[in-house]
Amino acid sequence: MLIKFVTLTLLMAMSGLPIVRAQSSSDEIAKYREMLADGNPAELFEGAGEELWAKPMGPKGKSLQTCDLGLGAGVVDGAFAQLPRYFKDTQRVQDLESRLVTCMQVIQGVDVNDIMADEFGRGHRKDIEAIVAYVVTHSKGLKINPPMNHPKEKALYELGERAFYFRAGPMDFSCATCHGVQGQRIRLQDLPLIASNQGAALAWGSWPAYRVSSGEFWTMQRRLADCYRQQRFPSPKYTSDVTIALSVFMAAKAKGGVVQTPGLKR
Amino acid sequence: MNFKIMHMTKLFAIGLITSWASWSSLSYADDAAFKAMMGSSFQPIGIATLERLKQDETQLACSNFKKDQLQLTDSLKSRIEKNNLQTVILPADQQYFGDWKEGEKIAQSGKGSTWSDKIDDVNGGSCYNCHQIDKKEISFGNIGPSLYNYGKLRGNSPAVVQYTWSKLYNAKAFNACSNMPRFGTFHLLTDNQLRDLMSLLFDPLSPVNQ
Repeated sequence: MLIKFVTLTLLMAMSGLPIVRAQSSSDEIAKYREMLADGNPAELFEGAGEELWAKPMGPKGKSLQTCDLGLGAGVVDGAFAQLPRYFKDTQRVQDLESRLVTCMQVIQGVDVNDIMADEFGRGHRKDIEAIVAYVVTHSKGLKINPPMNHPKEKALYELGERAFYFRAGPMDFSCATCHGVQGQRIRLQDLPLIASNQGAALAWGSWPAYRVSSGEFWTMQRRLADCYRQQRFPSPKYTSDVTIALSVFMAAKAKGGVVQTPGLKR
Repeated sequence: MNFKIMHMTKLFAIGLITSWASWSSLSYADDAAFKAMMGSSFQPIGIATLERLKQDETQLACSNFKKDQLQLTDSLKSRIEKNNLQTVILPADQQYFGDWKEGEKIAQSGKGSTWSDKIDDVNGGSCYNCHQIDKKEISFGNIGPSLYNYGKLRGNSPAVVQYTWSKLYNAKAFNACSNMPRFGTFHLLTDNQLRDLMSLLFDPLSPVNQ
C-alpha cells in the first residue's frame, strides 16, 4: 500500500498535477483514476479505519463492533449504500457520520461535545473519517438505495430540497447556483446537476473521497461544509439537520446509481 | 470605513424585508420545520455571521422552487428588478473607467467574504469562475456567457457603458434571479474595482477586445 502511495506521489510530481490545461479537468482526473486503478490513497485511511472499528476505545473501553449502521449490530457490508435512514433508537434520520457519533457516544462513552468541538481532520473527527473510509469501501459497487419509507425520511427529503435551492448571503448563492444546470463548470471543474438522478449519483456516489490537491480524506460532512463556506454562508454544524437533509435529498435523487466511494478527487 | 457592515445593512434594506412567516404563500415543505432546521444548523465563524441567512425579497423569491422549477410570476419578477435597479449608483463625475490590467487581476481572484477571510481582505470578482474573458485564460467557467470581445461587439455608447456598470453593480436589476452576485449593491467590489473591470471589458487595448 505504501508503495502504491509513493507511486502516486511520483506520478503527481512528474505530471505536475493539478494541471488544468484540458477542456475540462475531469478528463485529466479520469486518466489518473485509471492509472491508479485500485491504488486510491484512501486505502491508507480505510486501513486505519478498519483497525479503529475493532479497537476498544473511549471511557467505556469498547470497540464499535456492535454499532448498528442500519443493517444490524456490527454489519458493515452494504450499510453505507442504504444511508441515510431513520433509526428507531435515536428517532432521527442519520447519515453515516452522525450514526458513528451516536455509536461512539452510546457504546464508547465519548462526549459528543468533544466531537463537535474538534475540527475536520483532528481528534475524534480524524478517527471518524478513517472509519467512514472503511465503512464506505464495504459498499463499493452496490446500488445507492436509501429506504425512503419512513415519514421522517420523506420530510427530510423535502427540507433538503428546499435547502438546496435556498439563496442567501452576500453573494445570493444556493447549492443550485453551481449544481442546478446540466454541463456547468466553475473554472474547469465540472459540476454535477444534483437535481438529476445521474448527477446526484455522481455526487453522492463519489464522496467521501481522497483529495489529491490537499492530501486529505474528505467525508460528505466536510464536503458540504466547504460548499457552504464557498457559498459565503455561516458554517453548518457537524452532523446538523441541514447536512442530513441535504444528504437525504442527494441520496434519494441518486437512488439506483452506483456507490463508487471512496472517490478520488482533484 | 467598514464596507462589510454597510453591506449587511444594505442587504436588509434592499427591496422589501421579508419575514420567515411570509413563506407560507411560497413554499411546500413545512415552514416551521424549515425555519427550525436552518435556525439550529449553522454557527457563525468570523465575518460569516448568522445574519447572512436572512433573505431579502430577491433571495426569497429566487429560492421558491417546485419540482426543480423556479416559481416566479411576471409581476414579482418586474418588481424585484425595479427594486434592485433603484440601488444602482452610477459613478461620481461619470468616471466609468480605470485600468484593465487591474481589472484582469480582479477577474482572476475568487477570494473574499468566506468565513476564512478577514473583514479587511479585498474581494475578487470571481469573474473567470463563470465567464470566458481573456481568450488566453482557458480555465474559465460556463455558468455565465462569454465576455470575450465584449466592448468590440457592443461599442462604447453611453447607454451600453451605463448598462454594463449597472449590470456589474446589481445583476438582479436586469434578471431577477441571475446567478451573478450584486457586486456594487452589496459592496463586494469598490467603485474603483468596478472601474477596472469596466476597462477590462471596454478598453480597446484590453485582451478582451483583441
